[in-house]
Amino acid sequence: MLELYGTKLPSRLLLGTAQYPSPAILADAVKASGASAVTVSLRREMAGGGRGGEKFWSLIQSLRLHVLPNTAGCHSVKEAVTTAKMAREIFGTNWIKLEVIGNHDTLQPDVFGLVEAARILCGDGFAVFPYTTDDLVVAERLLGMGCKVLMPWCAPIGSALGPVNVTALRSMRGHFPDVPLIVDAGIGRPSHAALVMELGFDAVLLNTAVARAAEPVGMARAFGKAVDAGREAYRSGLLEPRDVAVPSTPTIGQAVFQ
Amino acid sequence: MKLTVNGEAHEIATATLAELLAALDYEGNWLATAVNSELVHATERTLFQLKDGDQIEILSPMQGG
Repeated sequence: MLELYGTKLPSRLLLGTAQYPSPAILADAVKASGASAVTVSLRREMAGGGRGGEKFWSLIQSLRLHVLPNTAGCHSVKEAVTTAKMAREIFGTNWIKLEVIGNHDTLQPDVFGLVEAARILCGDGFAVFPYTTDDLVVAERLLGMGCKVLMPWCAPIGSALGPVNVTALRSMRGHFPDVPLIVDAGIGRPSHAALVMELGFDAVLLNTAVARAAEPVGMARAFGKAVDAGREAYRSGLLEPRDVAVPSTPTIGQAVFQ
Repeated sequence: MKLTVNGEAHEIATATLAELLAALDYEGNWLATAVNSELVHATERTLFQLKDGDQIEILSPMQGG
């Protein structure tokens, strides 16, 4: 069973909660996916008792899943650290999906700021889930700061491109055989999720591909199945590709017709 | 006293962060507050003295990926 910072999760799918057509569809999609954890965020609350945040938080609590707050939208170490502390205050968890964004167009992580923010937050007792690239040196630094989980992107957030550098992901798995690795960002299709699970990744975190599907509940179910299928395939031992044909039907005893 | 609350300018005569929240009709235990980019715990708001020019952020849960 997947274990993250000492917490065992029955599912290897983590689902985002943004961009769904309605709160009811969000709740149904989460349930259909079988996800063990959902990501949430923080934003400015409107004055005047709007209570929008309260309604959303009540919905999330009713799902009875693990909550992974994020620092989405933060572009500096200071922003990310303060947001993480505020998230811990509200959500009552020391889990934090740490995002320090470095580029407006690609939303790729500022890996230098990420490492520094991870140092501060790990030292403050947070269980840091860093949204990072597939760079091995950055991964080493994050582990050195105290991260026990790594969350590399496989493509830019929301792009739906799927794994654009399978070789790098495979290399990451090979270099860190004992570190939980979660592919976060860029997954567009269930087949993408299955592929990274076949590579041996421990879990998948996605949002847009489900939330923006024509039928989010059906897509959530499809992703749940894909993650399970990919994991079981990895554990069952995949056949390595070959350049030559090998007959699957035995040739011994085959009739010879002149 | 001039304060900036969630990016908006306010001229308000409140001494503490708790009083500010009440004056602007923020309520509930699902809010997190920061003053000048530093977290102020819910338990500290009653005693936290505001001063002219403070920047206050009041955040609540929302959807995220």
